[in-house]
Amino acid sequence: MKISCPICGDRDIREFTCMGHASMLNRPDPHAGAKVWNEYLHNRENPAGVIDELWWHGQGCGAWLVVTRNTVTHEILGARLARDVKKEMRDAG
Amino acid sequence: MRVDGKGRIDRSATRSFSFAGKSYQGFAGDTLASALLANDVRLMGRSFKYHRPRGVLTAGSEEPNALVTIGSGAGQEPNVRATMQELYEGLEARPQNAWPSLDWDVLEINDLISPFLSAGFYYKTFMWPKAFWEKVYEPFIRNAAGLGALSGSDDADKYDKAFAHCDVLVIGAGPAGLMAARMLGLAGLDVILADESWELGGRLLSETEEVGGQAGSDWAAGVAADLGDMPNVRVMTRTTVTGAYDGGIFGALEKVGHHGPVPNGAPRETFWRIQTKRAVLAAGALERPIAFANNDRPGVMTAGAVRTYLNRYGVAPGRKIAVFGNNDDAHRTAMDLQDAGVEVAAVIDSRDDVSVPVDAKVMAGARVVGTKGRLGLREIMIDTGRGVRPLQVDCLAVSGGWNPSVHLTCHMNGRPVWEPSIASFVPTPGAVPGLVACGSAAGDMATADVLASAARVASDIAADLGKSAPTAELPEAEGHVYAIEPLWDAGGKGRAWLDFQNDVTTKDVRQAAKENYASVEHMKRYTTQGMATDQGKNSNVAALAVLADATGRGIPETGTTTFRPPYSPVALAALGAGAKGKGFAPERLTTSHAATVARNAPMIEAGLWYRPSYFPQAGETTWRESCDREVGWVRDAVGVCDVSTLGKIDIQGPDAGAFLDFVYTNTFSTLKVGKVRYGLMLREDGHVMDDGTCARWGDTHFVMTTTTAAAGQVMKHLDYVHQCLRPDLDVSIVSATEQWAQFAVAGPKSRDLLNALLDAPIDNESFPYMGCGPVSVAGVAGRLFRISFSGEHAYEVAVPARYGDSLFRMLVAQAEALGGGAYGMEALNVLRIEKGFITHAEIHGRTTAFDIGMGRMVSSKKDCIGQTMAARPGLVEDREELVGFRPARPTGKLLAGAHIYPLDGDAVRERDQGYITSVAYSPTVGTDIALGFVRNGRNRMGEKLRMMDHLRGEETLVELCDPVFVDPEGGRLRG
Repeated sequence: MKISCPICGDRDIREFTCMGHASMLNRPDPHAGAKVWNEYLHNRENPAGVIDELWWHGQGCGAWLVVTRNTVTHEILGARLARDVKKEMRDAG
Repeated sequence: MRVDGKGRIDRSATRSFSFAGKSYQGFAGDTLASALLANDVRLMGRSFKYHRPRGVLTAGSEEPNALVTIGSGAGQEPNVRATMQELYEGLEARPQNAWPSLDWDVLEINDLISPFLSAGFYYKTFMWPKAFWEKVYEPFIRNAAGLGALSGSDDADKYDKAFAHCDVLVIGAGPAGLMAARMLGLAGLDVILADESWELGGRLLSETEEVGGQAGSDWAAGVAADLGDMPNVRVMTRTTVTGAYDGGIFGALEKVGHHGPVPNGAPRETFWRIQTKRAVLAAGALERPIAFANNDRPGVMTAGAVRTYLNRYGVAPGRKIAVFGNNDDAHRTAMDLQDAGVEVAAVIDSRDDVSVPVDAKVMAGARVVGTKGRLGLREIMIDTGRGVRPLQVDCLAVSGGWNPSVHLTCHMNGRPVWEPSIASFVPTPGAVPGLVACGSAAGDMATADVLASAARVASDIAADLGKSAPTAELPEAEGHVYAIEPLWDAGGKGRAWLDFQNDVTTKDVRQAAKENYASVEHMKRYTTQGMATDQGKNSNVAALAVLADATGRGIPETGTTTFRPPYSPVALAALGAGAKGKGFAPERLTTSHAATVARNAPMIEAGLWYRPSYFPQAGETTWRESCDREVGWVRDAVGVCDVSTLGKIDIQGPDAGAFLDFVYTNTFSTLKVGKVRYGLMLREDGHVMDDGTCARWGDTHFVMTTTTAAAGQVMKHLDYVHQCLRPDLDVSIVSATEQWAQFAVAGPKSRDLLNALLDAPIDNESFPYMGCGPVSVAGVAGRLFRISFSGEHAYEVAVPARYGDSLFRMLVAQAEALGGGAYGMEALNVLRIEKGFITHAEIHGRTTAFDIGMGRMVSSKKDCIGQTMAARPGLVEDREELVGFRPARPTGKLLAGAHIYPLDGDAVRERDQGYITSVAYSPTVGTDIALGFVRNGRNRMGEKLRMMDHLRGEETLVELCDPVFVDPEGGRLRG
């Protein structure tokens, strides 16, 4: 399998490691309360189908990516730099 | 027996070989199986369960019976299919699963007691008495189980792994594969054509039919020559595509050194990972036998295999051969045999209305229902519809029809579909993305149809990849329609085999159905049908047809079991190629490695790094003597230790301080340039991730150190925090671990030592405790940090890695001149335990800043990773806290991993008070000392408790104390 790294191009999947759902980008405010923090840290969506995940190109450029893939077909649908996704989230408020 | 004028063997090149200790001769171009048949050897193995005498059933990689061991000694290879083993001079083959000999096998007794060994017998038989399982049943079963055996010694042969990329992978080089590969090659695509044989042509090498007005094998040779001329086509012979995986990846096993002595330096096998845009499955079809009573005797084989032996190898597998089938294809065997002058005793066809253009007796509407002959076929029983009559034959060619090789299309959970016209399963289109089946693998049985479907598939793929294939000129080929009437079980008195390799009979399948293992997946596991090394290639379709019959369902409703990789067996040595011994993990060596090894220091692994344990001196007999001496050097004089393995991370940018404030619990933005601060890093869940020092090198420049163990994890974490959480911060982070060689210089004479090497001397003013700055070391620009992991007046000096070796030698020479020297990990560990400094033995992933007494280092003035969750209930009160331990009596022994219990009562889990994480004998204190955790330990100083090591059976009375055993005021650090 290959992931298309926006910096390096098509690279073998063994260069990457997965950290899980991209909801990790939504770090709550420090005072958001135990419930919100518990939800952020411990609960993840685990869909059968399309999912956004954080992957690290550790054996390559070191970029963190938001990889969109299908958990049923294993198809990789796209990859964006996590920093760009995070900045867009901030801009959108 | 050899047949004159037939076969593709080279009769001018004889090959001597041995089987079961006897010597034989064959020819170049033979397989072991064909050479044995040429020498009239029919008995080649014993079956798995009943030890029934078995001969060759097929002529291909699906062979279930003729499994042998090749070679001897460490590299001996078990379970080699004689049908795939190319004959070479001096080949030594041994039979398996027979003792004392193939002809006379003691465990043949299993066959006589077979009524007690039916499907699921081990679930029923070995149940009682319970105590018998471990001592009696299991050893017996383990001894009896399995076919060939490994040598038990290390295999010195070389195996390799390799990678290939192409536009189209064509799997199989029969008529379909050759046709497709040529068209795709002419279209200008990068093509890999893989075939498990050493010669291209597939079935065309086994048949007498013509293609394009010439012998089929000549047509194949012509195409092979064309392909050889195309630089964009790579032909891989002796290569089996074993699996289809996600993203257009296929696994393939190339047998490089199985057809003779392995050339010097070459591997025996290479496991390939092939990345392709498209794939063509042209793997052909496999013939299936028919079940009838005692259909497993040596001499009974598939009709197609008989043609292969005759036409490809020039061997008649018998002198008087009968043919039994349910389809027209079987008739070709009778015709070929007759043309070659071999006696055809009869053609038996289960269909009523057949005509066969042979002189032999044709029996329509008849069935073979039994056989005789202990070690080989002597006679068959034929049910003509008007009674059963015997016929003397020494070979029976059986055809129950052909099964398309759908296996690879099922590797990603696709299920094949039932095609009644050929009474078999065909691939589901799209089951593996990018893979298209054609030819017999797709259910086309006539050669003309095979070529046409291959041409169609090739031109579609070429167009899909933006190329145009040349208009296909289809060569003329046989176009007769393949007619078949299903026949699975011809019956007869006695057991009728479905799975030859695992000894599964029609009776076993019916019994499974009767006992309600009626799902095909349950039947498979209950009977073990399809679970041998042939993975049911010969038996799956017939077994589920019998199951369908027994359960009153249709075959499509019954469904198939799943085919999984590999298509044919792959040695673990090939899958693990390159990962043995030193290949298992990379070795990271420090710049001081050569000098360290030259001093006879035993090396220990620290992650991937190798570090010295201690530096032995003449007269020292134990590691403790060396370690105690090295500790003394540091406490009294000066020691030198390579600390380059610690992670070094360079952090620069206007927001570097703000970034560090966010990843460390304490504040770094206020740190002055030229100063170092200890920092604690948490995970977001509030537990400690790592600790280390961080130096401010300039206004916008910090140099962070991590522990050796967590260097990679911290680097990944920093990248994550920056890119995913705080991309607004203007900061750059890069690992510089390998760029700098760094050495600890520790002890009261450390400054004296450094001043002998530094171009400008230092003093306590220019380099106070926790100071840092640039220095010139013997003319080399370096870095100096006044930090200590030993509690002594100490420094760490760093130079670019290329100077590491010479700096280490200089430092050690100077230290020795001052009454000290190099020290290793053992001494380093003792020194840090004496000072109560933690490592990952203490911050093991479940401890908090509160636990290690650093709760106040979590600043409440700012947000940082882990701050919120570190404050949650349960993490800040009633915890196991870091403490020191001393033995109550000076000789008391402390053990890491031991647990702590109250003095009275039982030492059981419910009363557990804590545990010990690090232990050392302290030459400074004069007793064992330890660090560890005890519930509310900081309030229990001086309390006596029991240390119990249940594993090693040790018990010691211990006293809780402050974790800092030496110089608690820290006066030495500042000296």
